[in-house]
Amino acid sequence: MKLSPLSTVLVALLVAMLVWLFVASWPDWLTGVLGAKKLFVTTIFNGVTLAGLYFLVASGFTLVFGLMRNVNLAHGSLYLLGAYVGYTVAELTGYWLIGLAAGFLVLSAVGAVMQILVFRRMEGDELRQTLVTIGLSIVAADLMLATWGGKTYQFSIPDWLNGAITTPIILAHRSNGDAVPLTYPFYRLVVLAAAIAIGIGLWLLLNRTRIGVMIRAGVDDRMMLSATGVNVHMVFAAVFAIGAGLAGFAGVVGGSALSIAPGEDVRYLLASLVVVIVGGMGSIPGAAIGALLIGLAEQIGLAYFPTYGVVLTFVIMVAVLAFRPQGIMGRPA
Amino acid sequence: MTFAKGLFLGTAASLALAAHLSAAAAEDDTLKIGLLATFEGAFTVLGEDSKRGAELALQQHDGMAGGKKIEWVIGSSDASPDSAVRAVRKLVEQDGVQIVVGPLSGDEGLAVKDYAKTQPNVTFVNGTSAAQDTTLRDPAPNFFRFSTDGAQWMAGLGDYAYTEKGYRNVATVAEDYSFPYTQVFGFMAEFCKAGGHVVSKSWVPIGNKDYSSVIAAIPADVDAVYVALGGADGVNFLTQYQQAGGTAPLIGGSITADQTVLSSQGKQKEAVLGMPSAGPIADTWDDPRWKDFVAAYQAAFPDGFPSPSLFAHGYYVNTEAVLKALDEVNGDLSDGGAKFRDALSKLEFDTPTGMVKLDANRNAIADIFVTEVAEGEDGNLYNKVVEVKEGVNQTLGQPIEEFLKLGVVGRDNPDCP
Amino acid sequence: MSTLDPAAAAPARPWSIAGSPLTWAALALLLVYPFVASPFFIYQVGGYALVLGIIALSLMFLAGYGGMVSLSQMSAAGLAGYMVAILGSNSVGTGFDWPWWVVVPMAVLVGALFSTGTGLLAVRTAGIYTIMITLAIGMALFLLTQQNYAIFNGHSGFAGIAAPVVLGVDWHQPVPFYYLALFVAAACYAAVLYVARAPFGLALQAIRDNPRRMHALGFHVLAHRVAAYAFAGVIAGLGGVLLVWFNGRISPGTIGVDRMIDILVIAIVGGIRHPAGAFLGAIFFVILETFAIDIVGAERFNTMIGMLFLVVVVFSPDGLLGLWGKARRSLQRQELPNN
Repeated sequence: MKLSPLSTVLVALLVAMLVWLFVASWPDWLTGVLGAKKLFVTTIFNGVTLAGLYFLVASGFTLVFGLMRNVNLAHGSLYLLGAYVGYTVAELTGYWLIGLAAGFLVLSAVGAVMQILVFRRMEGDELRQTLVTIGLSIVAADLMLATWGGKTYQFSIPDWLNGAITTPIILAHRSNGDAVPLTYPFYRLVVLAAAIAIGIGLWLLLNRTRIGVMIRAGVDDRMMLSATGVNVHMVFAAVFAIGAGLAGFAGVVGGSALSIAPGEDVRYLLASLVVVIVGGMGSIPGAAIGALLIGLAEQIGLAYFPTYGVVLTFVIMVAVLAFRPQGIMGRPA
Repeated sequence: MTFAKGLFLGTAASLALAAHLSAAAAEDDTLKIGLLATFEGAFTVLGEDSKRGAELALQQHDGMAGGKKIEWVIGSSDASPDSAVRAVRKLVEQDGVQIVVGPLSGDEGLAVKDYAKTQPNVTFVNGTSAAQDTTLRDPAPNFFRFSTDGAQWMAGLGDYAYTEKGYRNVATVAEDYSFPYTQVFGFMAEFCKAGGHVVSKSWVPIGNKDYSSVIAAIPADVDAVYVALGGADGVNFLTQYQQAGGTAPLIGGSITADQTVLSSQGKQKEAVLGMPSAGPIADTWDDPRWKDFVAAYQAAFPDGFPSPSLFAHGYYVNTEAVLKALDEVNGDLSDGGAKFRDALSKLEFDTPTGMVKLDANRNAIADIFVTEVAEGEDGNLYNKVVEVKEGVNQTLGQPIEEFLKLGVVGRDNPDCP
Repeated sequence: MSTLDPAAAAPARPWSIAGSPLTWAALALLLVYPFVASPFFIYQVGGYALVLGIIALSLMFLAGYGGMVSLSQMSAAGLAGYMVAILGSNSVGTGFDWPWWVVVPMAVLVGALFSTGTGLLAVRTAGIYTIMITLAIGMALFLLTQQNYAIFNGHSGFAGIAAPVVLGVDWHQPVPFYYLALFVAAACYAAVLYVARAPFGLALQAIRDNPRRMHALGFHVLAHRVAAYAFAGVIAGLGGVLLVWFNGRISPGTIGVDRMIDILVIAIVGGIRHPAGAFLGAIFFVILETFAIDIVGAERFNTMIGMLFLVVVVFSPDGLLGLWGKARRSLQRQELPNN
């Protein structure tokens, strides 16, 4: 999407304003409008870090859709399963990082198996594939409830990830002139960093590797790809493995930030849906933009108008659908 | 298709007939009682513990009451009122039970009360549902509740926070639906009357797990934060509160200081130490009645919880009431249960948590425990009983007309900024 | 979406199903059902299945004839149900207490408008997007009803809603309610069959099969699709009115994501290619939901229904109706040599 000069100026202005809001010492009228600077800055931080988590979940969803036109409505179940698997492994081994790796690897395997055993049988029949994913998510939710119970699990994250760090952002000055800096949970910043790293990794994978070339070619024209002698099934299985693995990875990361409980599958499925509808189906940059919008909207809603905050994300979605049905970065169908 | 439908109709008709026949055959020596709880969905674990409570009560009666063998017929809901009504309809209209014990959660209770009005010959005895209006406004004459409601559970806490702890300005954080409204109401009823102020109320949308922005929005200058969040939500809140550098002490709702919170590891321990709360049970009460109950529960259900939950307790007490009243009328329900209901309303008996009797609306008058989180000698946290409020009634000691004037609980009621 | 394509099922002769002896036999059976069944079976099984069948029928119409699998038909029905509670009377005391003959048309209208609005948002990105968008829209309505107290009374919703007494009949009683639901169901069934054979329905099916060609032929593709949503909304709205009368109450849980999926399961399991599938699926679903607890226990009900759904989607895309068709064909084949 190319920006016109006018929107470039607008975006630049917006960024400048945000920077000012973070750096400047707030005048009284501004506190009157937005509440304490601490509330505003914390909320923006929360929104951006939540966006990181949403991006982790949604990127796998959108990747799979982009190549296979498969709307995987079991993506939320993959997220929750990854969280449970990661938790169980982390408890057994005592290492959180091993749990994280297990979440990714086990779910990658599950994803590849799903593609080979189920979706390959109904290639090109997208509606049926989608219905199958709904059936799988119903069964998976119930079996997970049977296995792990209705309890809520909390990861114990390693100490080096825990605790709060002091940021250089100054919130206020005490009467004796001391600056009061913003302290922020370190783990949430790590989530954001992981999301950015995964985002860059996906970009490199798609743009700088052979399999990336195949995937992009497959997105453009599946028939031509297989005509050139590429084993399309292998590519599909690989992409599904990466997508499901990312869901499992996000499950461990998100489960550690908050907690793991039944119902989280639907929650993160819906978050992914809204993120990719807003950002544009099949586009990784779109998922990033969508995640940022939805994450910020959710947290600003929670902080400033909790009653209708949860509805705000859907208002954004409806607005995008009305004016740009294919999503912000999506290509017209 | 028609064949299939015809087959179904035939089967349905014969099924219905068979059900009638079997009901008639079993009439004399056994009595079927419906047990309604959440055996599906996210509340399954709680439903299972409530069933343990009901079974324990029956076990202690040797499976008999009023000279008849008692048999449970299980009804299952997913905690939604719609499913509770469907399940209770099946128990009454299909399985033909004349007594139902349940349901488990507040909105289900309201729905079952509405249904009870259409079945005047069936007796409904609550499980653990704790909404105020199940018995307070527009009650059903055949719905009995030997457990207490969510506002009663808070008795003593507001006064304790004001006088003992010296808090004056408090902010509240709770989920956005009727049960937390009732809890906040119960707390504020005393706290505001004593002279305290609730300066801000954060209602968090149901299902939200991320409290960081909610915490950021709590005013910085409050003396304490009242938190009515259960189990996982409680742990999430405490973790994030501690991460955000929250310093104001906390006050807990009835389900905030539960075992999930107390046994969880990490730094949130510091945040909960000294947190007062109140509720219908206290795990570590050293009264012999409670200790016997816990021992019996542990002996009967080795795979149950370490200690009976308030769901097991609620179903235990309500089942106990049913069995005692059945004994009194010798299991005679032939008059549509009128004598049985009469016996129920006059019942006054000793439970693991003290004496229980009913008020004019058939709601329990019972003891409530004010507790405070303390550190045991082994370093584990536990709820120390600091006060037992005896004989708490539904109007929290106020005359009923005055109490009704306070209006229906909600986001903005009560209010004392 | 070839396998789920209902084109194969479109009968060559219009009304061939409606006029068949099978249909009349089914109707006769449904009419005499209350004479042989207990009140519980009449109301809680028969009445409930008919109501769910009506809502599933509205999904079947969109999916079967329009190729648009909309999950928010339950939301349209639920919104109509909410209107009955809000405009009529309820135990919360916030109702307008309008008479039923004002309330019902208004409720159906609101349901239809909601469905049309959903259509306007969803049709521009047809195909596989529809499921996602309608799921998200349905979720938005669920969250709105849960958070809003001024209109929807939040998480608690409304109770104390009853079907009115008209012509001296209390329509809340099992037998009258059953016949009311049967009448509405039969009317909707006939209407769907009629529309499917009318020029509009034929154009809709052609659009489902090849939108580009229909566009080239001068048909307004989007308008047809939106109109289909509007028609489905009327059916869903009628189902919603009956649903709230049936339950006597409505709350956000009534239109939650589980319920939206239930309607899809009903329509698919019954058979998405024919309107009868919606009702067959509903009967099956209600029986399972009601009696699962006596057979396998309630705990794993969802595994059971999910597996059934999977089996149907994977092996018999036409649902139970398709199985019956298969059985009949193989029977006919076996009988052939004898003839």
